[in-house]
Amino acid sequence: MADNKKNDDLDYETTGHSWDGIQEYNKPLPKWWLWTFYICIVWGIGYTIAYPAWPGIKDSTAGLLGFSTRGDVAAEIAAQEAKLGPINEKLAAAELTEIAADADLQGYALNAGAAVFRTWCAQCHGSGAAGAKGYPNLLDDDWLWGGSIEDIHTTITHGIRNADDDEARFSQMPAFGKDELLDAGQIDAVVNYVMSLSGDPVDAAKVADGQVVYADNCAACHAEDGTGDIFQGAPNLTDAIWLYGGDYDTLHETVTNARFGVMPNWNSRLSEAEIRAVASYVHSLGGGE
Amino acid sequence: MSNAEQPTPQLYASREPIFPRRVSGKFRSLKWVIMIITLGIYYVTPWIRWDRGPELPDQAVLIDLANRRFFFFWIEIWPHEFYFVAGLLIMAGLGLFLFTSALGRVWCGYACPQTVWTDLFILVERWVEGDRNARLRLHRQKKWDFAKFRLRMTKWVLWLLIALATGGAWVFYFADAPTLLWNLVTGAAHPVAYTTMLVLTATTFFFGGFAREQICIYACPWPRIQAAMMDEDTLTVGYREWRGEPRGKHRKAEGAEQLGDCIDCMACVNVCPMGIDIRNGQQLECITCALCIDACDDMMAKIGKPRGLIDYLALSDETRERGGQPPRSVWTHIFRLRTIMYTTLWSLVGVGLVFALFIRPDIEMTVAPVRNPTFVTLSDGSIRNTYDVRLLNKHGESRPFRITLKGDPTLRVQLEGTPYETVDVPANEMLLQRVYVVAPKGSAPANDERTEFRFWVEDLTNGDRASHDTVFNGRAN
Repeated sequence: MADNKKNDDLDYETTGHSWDGIQEYNKPLPKWWLWTFYICIVWGIGYTIAYPAWPGIKDSTAGLLGFSTRGDVAAEIAAQEAKLGPINEKLAAAELTEIAADADLQGYALNAGAAVFRTWCAQCHGSGAAGAKGYPNLLDDDWLWGGSIEDIHTTITHGIRNADDDEARFSQMPAFGKDELLDAGQIDAVVNYVMSLSGDPVDAAKVADGQVVYADNCAACHAEDGTGDIFQGAPNLTDAIWLYGGDYDTLHETVTNARFGVMPNWNSRLSEAEIRAVASYVHSLGGGE
Repeated sequence: MSNAEQPTPQLYASREPIFPRRVSGKFRSLKWVIMIITLGIYYVTPWIRWDRGPELPDQAVLIDLANRRFFFFWIEIWPHEFYFVAGLLIMAGLGLFLFTSALGRVWCGYACPQTVWTDLFILVERWVEGDRNARLRLHRQKKWDFAKFRLRMTKWVLWLLIALATGGAWVFYFADAPTLLWNLVTGAAHPVAYTTMLVLTATTFFFGGFAREQICIYACPWPRIQAAMMDEDTLTVGYREWRGEPRGKHRKAEGAEQLGDCIDCMACVNVCPMGIDIRNGQQLECITCALCIDACDDMMAKIGKPRGLIDYLALSDETRERGGQPPRSVWTHIFRLRTIMYTTLWSLVGVGLVFALFIRPDIEMTVAPVRNPTFVTLSDGSIRNTYDVRLLNKHGESRPFRITLKGDPTLRVQLEGTPYETVDVPANEMLLQRVYVVAPKGSAPANDERTEFRFWVEDLTNGDRASHDTVFNGRAN
């Protein structure tokens, strides 16, 4: 509403720019802005002296305060470990079967165990613990070496069929075909018999022969009725779960060449508290007994 | 480049101190009332009590960061209901648009904390050091004698007390106020509380006492944004130049009858907290506090002229008034399509929020199907799916919730860690419960790819129910 021309009376300088008759004052900046700018420069110089800043050929100046991001991380990890010390000690000392009853301990064990699992176990057993061919699914209710918290704890601690731990769980199936313990016909028959145990369609004529072969060669470990034996890690052949596969070709290969799945002994890499945490986690996934 | 011959201006200038003169009038009175109300709300709110039962805080307005809860009288907002806060912010934004398009920088002039606290600080300054002339004298007095030292110290101490109360009031919104006050006094409060108080005390003291109008001119982005929301119908503070000019002091001199109404008394300039001359037209420094209107009206009354030489004006009225016609009514400026649309939008968001607030269920359930793996085969050949079910109990005591499902009759529910279908959800907590659904071998859900079903959760204490639709994955996946 004011007339622009009136501003000519004022002492203000304009920038000389003119857009559609609108001019721009050339008003000075406040002094304290300038001072802030200088202070920032001084601050910047001080900062490069106090902290690592100037790059050299191999590394940079260290700074008077001796700060380093790596050191920071190390200190943070140490602080975190110190903070978790008491509950880790409590977990390591607790009775395995009583962890679940202590809400705090169980909550900690499940979270810590999930982290341990994703770091060390997921490579073989999968991030969702569903396993893969040759690597057991930890979610189901079928366990080769037992699904109680103690059994899981033992398996994780000592591993399976490894040479590094004398207490590792160990068992070995003979390679019936490769070592010529059975001939081709016998293998064909026993595979048909094993498939019949879990109700799969088979060549009925061969089942009777297979049953004889089974009783002579397999029943010692897998039991007369085919339900297996968790004390020697012999799989249950009557259920719906197959570690390597339950079709004819896979079973034929298993009987011919045998299987020898291994698992490391984690007592050499994980603390007792970590092993108990991951055992609790695995036990909680739906298959725990 | 018409001004090339002018001397090079200084690139940097120190601030010109401003000493606003005392003024009274209807806008000044309105500003006092608004100041009392806004400061009252700010300082008193944390002390209002509101009974919510034994396990919940009894503070009416509380932002409980530790438990991630916001309490506002009878309303309790959980983190997943943050959209209420987003909605309130949208309403605040639209409200600002509405007021700016109708009344210009009315927020800046009346309600902005910077304005309110600066006003309070200037009030204290006037009580201690006197009005404009006394303050100017004190400012120009180079020698720091006892009188100047005493006045300055008194003023600064009072400012500091106000600043401390301001910073102090802020932290009370985040913890139980009486407890925190006691802890603050005894030194037992959290360092964050002290740091927050310290920072807010310092900024209040500095912004209100010393930076003042510089915050509005240099630091605040709002004055730059608001120009986009003003138009020719916006009512803003302006000078009726066509009535006031040519201005002149000497009413009895020769040719005085040609002079306009402005007697160049500088009253409008002297009361301005931004240090501008409104007679130069609207300018970015102007926060439209309308104190110049009060000052000018006062002067016009003294010399027997009608009020309103400086007034709330709309740009669109200028030509009418220059032609001798009266301005259009205030209401035609305020009620126009634009403001009505802003009001409509604002109300729609508001009604939506209130509606959402009332249909909020007391129990809530979210279901996240575990898809890694999609299903698990059990030893008897049945198929199992896993779901992470989160149950929210908003009540002040632990309650049993029963989880059931509705869908294919062969499906069975199992809860992890318990043989029952009921789980206790602790008071005011979200419980994560792993739920298994099993389809027997050979059943339709076990063999099909997808089977839809619905989880139901029932609060056994009062029978409230909530449901969630989800999917069962069979072996055809």
